[in-house]
Amino acid sequence: MKEQKTNSAAASELNVVPFKTRVRPYLIVAPALIITIGIMIPFVMSIYFSLTSYSFRMPVYKFVGLNNWVTTLQSSTFWQALWVTVRYAFFSTVIEMLLGLGVAMMLNNLNNKFSKILRVALIFPLMVAPITATIIWQLMLNNSVGIVEKFLNIFGVYNFPWAAGASTAMLTVVMIDVWINTSFCMLLVLAGLQSLPKSPFESAKIDGGSPWFNFVNLTLPMLKPSLYIALLFRLMAALQEYAVIFGLTKGGPGNTLMNLSLTAYQTGFHFQKFGAALPYILVLWLFINLVAKQIVKRQRAAQRQALGLEE
Amino acid sequence: MKTNKSLLGSIVQNVLLVIYAVFALFPLIWMVILTFKPDAEIYTTTFVFHPTLNNYRVVLFETDYLRYLRDSLIVSAGAVAVSVLAGVPAAYALARYNFKKKEDIAFQILSFKFAPEILVVLPLFMIFQKLHIYDSYFGLIWVYQLISMPLLIWVVRGYFEDISVEIEHAAEVDGYSWYQIFFKMLLPLIKPGLVSAALLAFIFAWNSFTFPLILAGTNVQPITVAITKFLGTGSAHYGQLAVAATLSALPAIVFALCIQKHLVRGLSFGAVKG
Repeated sequence: MKEQKTNSAAASELNVVPFKTRVRPYLIVAPALIITIGIMIPFVMSIYFSLTSYSFRMPVYKFVGLNNWVTTLQSSTFWQALWVTVRYAFFSTVIEMLLGLGVAMMLNNLNNKFSKILRVALIFPLMVAPITATIIWQLMLNNSVGIVEKFLNIFGVYNFPWAAGASTAMLTVVMIDVWINTSFCMLLVLAGLQSLPKSPFESAKIDGGSPWFNFVNLTLPMLKPSLYIALLFRLMAALQEYAVIFGLTKGGPGNTLMNLSLTAYQTGFHFQKFGAALPYILVLWLFINLVAKQIVKRQRAAQRQALGLEE
Repeated sequence: MKTNKSLLGSIVQNVLLVIYAVFALFPLIWMVILTFKPDAEIYTTTFVFHPTLNNYRVVLFETDYLRYLRDSLIVSAGAVAVSVLAGVPAAYALARYNFKKKEDIAFQILSFKFAPEILVVLPLFMIFQKLHIYDSYFGLIWVYQLISMPLLIWVVRGYFEDISVEIEHAAEVDGYSWYQIFFKMLLPLIKPGLVSAALLAFIFAWNSFTFPLILAGTNVQPITVAITKFLGTGSAHYGQLAVAATLSALPAIVFALCIQKHLVRGLSFGAVKG
């Protein structure tokens, strides 16, 4: 009955206007584009405001040319922040990639019940808000209620400083980042591993290469496209990390964890120097774009190479 | 000899996985344990204590916690709704039509994902105040589009591309109008993908911290920002802090379990088809 109804409805609309006209795709995309671009207008403005003495407190501001840029680029705060940004991004991304690759390989090799449960359970840390994850770790590392302190006491270590120590703060935030995001790399690598074609591995078996030889010459090149995607997403996020560091120490102790994002926030809001805050973040944006372009280029090359290997 | 070696290999791998699993999952278990600890026993006990629901009672009924949850829900759901309404048609157009600058537009949308949040937020703080949308649902839903829109468009576009054009042509020849094709044929086909992309966008919006930290004040307080207040009180009610963290993490984890199968594809914006 229902079938008949739709058939007759379709028959009456046989002579509708042709679906594809030239402007239609633009019109369909427009709302999404306008909504998102609307929010990006301030970004363009920020380039202008970085040339002014704008402050949230002052009603008037004046054009100061490259003053903010020169002051910022000459300050040790900037270079310290850049150094923190790079170190944080480097350590967290490298550890997450290696650990994610290792865990994914093991999950893929074992393929038992335990590994199947883990595949699901290991995504939990990734789904917790980074700020919440930071709070969870504060509960873990707290010297009076934290379980880690009690565990370390067994080995005779008391009051390990964690986030409060100038030399251990970086270790602590990187550890939290690793806790959150390793499963992201793991998921992507695991998906890559499971979509690998079987035939090259079968012929490799006949040739009798060692597992290591097969890993370096077959698995790794074919995994590269997925690895680059994981690297791209992780590195972009780590370079602009904010929530974890803010939640843990607000950039301290001292300025040990002040990366470019946090420095910009502090300069803009706490010191009320809006114009002066922007160079930090514009440099970061530029840096992120350059890095992203490089990774995307390599990812595409790796994809072509992997397709070649499959054949 | 060889079987011995592979047996040893699988034992080593199982042990390593157990170690990693403890690192990844124990903090969550510890957090849940703390929620049941009475204040009096929080410093003195580890695993054995007299469990209580008092922390839950205090957080839920003696603080504004439920209000924060509600604000998070409104803002995140609103953001996803807007992204679905504007994003699904855009995804369709980017998947099906060939038009000038198509890839440029697609990449433009993706690039929002990689814009440093602080960079967007600093000038927005000023503009939002001038437009009187600072600290409002509207303002937050708008800025959250930077989180949900790129995700939705890129993931859903991939699902549209997976549907063969032939089916559409066949339906067109049969005389179905475009909205019949879209609503009765295409939408049901991409529904699992669309639902999972929407839920993932919801999770990201729910977890967002930087945007509400700077663009929300006292009127609208999503849970991610409000939770830091439980930290700052200094009175060290760790049990309550744990309750606040647990309850805020719960929706995201439940949703993630629902969309497991599509998670990889969503997380990689469609780049890895898991």
